[in-house]
Amino acid sequence: MDAKPTSEQVQGPVTTTDRHSDREVVVTRTFDAPARIVFDAWTTPELIMKWWTPKSFGITFISCEADVRVGGTYRFVMGHPAFDQPMTFHGRYLEVEPPRRLVWTNEEGGEEGSVTTVTFEEKDGKTHLVLRDLYPSKAALDEAMASGSINGYPEQFNQLDILLKAR
Amino acid sequence: MVQFHSSVDASFAALSDPTRRGVLEQLGRTEASISELADKFHMTLTGMKKHVSVLEQAGFVTTVKVGRVRTCRLGGRGLDEEAAWIERYRQTWAARFEELDKVVEQLKRKEQSDGRKANE
Repeated sequence: MDAKPTSEQVQGPVTTTDRHSDREVVVTRTFDAPARIVFDAWTTPELIMKWWTPKSFGITFISCEADVRVGGTYRFVMGHPAFDQPMTFHGRYLEVEPPRRLVWTNEEGGEEGSVTTVTFEEKDGKTHLVLRDLYPSKAALDEAMASGSINGYPEQFNQLDILLKAR
Repeated sequence: MVQFHSSVDASFAALSDPTRRGVLEQLGRTEASISELADKFHMTLTGMKKHVSVLEQAGFVTTVKVGRVRTCRLGGRGLDEEAAWIERYRQTWAARFEELDKVVEQLKRKEQSDGRKANE
């Protein structure tokens, strides 16, 4: 990413984020590939590990298990140099419809976790992805906002990284 | 924490209305009097006063009365807290998606080269 964008047009694909209701946040993005390829990248553990934790997060995968079928579970274990204990993120797949739709629970936060729905809509060889994080209640989303967490983790790590660098 | 929660509740309520979101958008461009906003959104002065009052209570807007004109502008902390969280949310996924682009590109190339081999 050495090129300096001079306008929005040359910045590449745009990621949008909106709060659609008092308990739902929606993210959208378009990928230059057919849906089956993008879907593969979301459902194959070796591939998930390549993109789920960008370097800027400061976290690395210790293990990544994903049994991607209805009722199957996933378990992401991650580490950060500043933490003694690894953190585990886990949940269950509620809907799996290759290559169109994926729904899973985020259970590390107990009852207050969101349910994530990702849809992959292919058009002219590109895939429009819509990710919805639906929290069980307004209070649960408020709590997530109050703690500053994003899906439970990356931002906390990210913030910590900034903190550590600032020292 | 309790205070923060009630302010977030008020924020959500304030933002649930399309006119009030439009008013915020408008004030994001430039400050305006209540009567200017009423004209712009084809509403009565009383109706617009109510909307502005909800936005003001939620901390999105501050108003200053000079003479007979009440001028509204963006202000307060509520919007900052929520906007900052939503922006971090976006950045988190944008960073992931940049990496995902690379994975997708690799898969595409692999599929193309596998396809060529199959045809040989």
